[in-house]
Amino acid sequence: MVEVVYFAWVRERIGIPRETVETGAATVADLVDELIAREARYEAAFADTTAIRVALDQELAEFDTPLKGVREVAFFPPMTGG
Amino acid sequence: MSVRVQSDPFDAGAELTAFSASVLGAGAVVSFTGIVRGDNDLVALEIEHYPAMTQSAIEAIVAEARSRWSLSGCLVIHRHGTLAVGEAIMMVATAAPHRRAAFEAADFLMDYLKSRAPFWKKEIGPEGAAWVAAKDSDEDDLNRW
Repeated sequence: MVEVVYFAWVRERIGIPRETVETGAATVADLVDELIAREARYEAAFADTTAIRVALDQELAEFDTPLKGVREVAFFPPMTGG
Repeated sequence: MSVRVQSDPFDAGAELTAFSASVLGAGAVVSFTGIVRGDNDLVALEIEHYPAMTQSAIEAIVAEARSRWSLSGCLVIHRHGTLAVGEAIMMVATAAPHRRAAFEAADFLMDYLKSRAPFWKKEIGPEGAAWVAAKDSDEDDLNRW
């Protein structure tokens, strides 16, 4: 089970800021595939994953990073700080 | 070394004065303040962030700057929430024995805060709202270091 959090337009497209997901996904990409299979709003949010960044337990990661031991997965667009 | 993430406004001049006093003896202080631009009839800027990650991400960027330059001090303030045109969004101040380290470290911090600190800007205009897209040049800026 992982906590999945969304920010900016990813959050808006999915419609919620966070949720707990029951998953056996091995990697971030596998988790994305599971979410996309659920509902159209996930498909809309993850249509172009090159436009999405991911953090695992608040550290930037990649889509092929394993999820083993991870408690929080965050999806968001490229950051626009400063 | 101080990192502050806050919704409250801050007085960049007063912050700089206090920072300079805190690094007494350093020969050089450089500061940058980012301000909400009044482009395109902008009504307000909304800044979202990732509360659980923001502070630690900025601290990691500051730690990297300290490992590259010999700094006497470093200050980062970054706001979130709703900001009006002309308000300060964020500021960086660096202090070092000599100017070049202070300039370079401030420049480095700005480049990394731009695309590696978890903030997202949304522009609120008279016709509606739009997320600010990251630029390819933001990534190119990281390659300068």
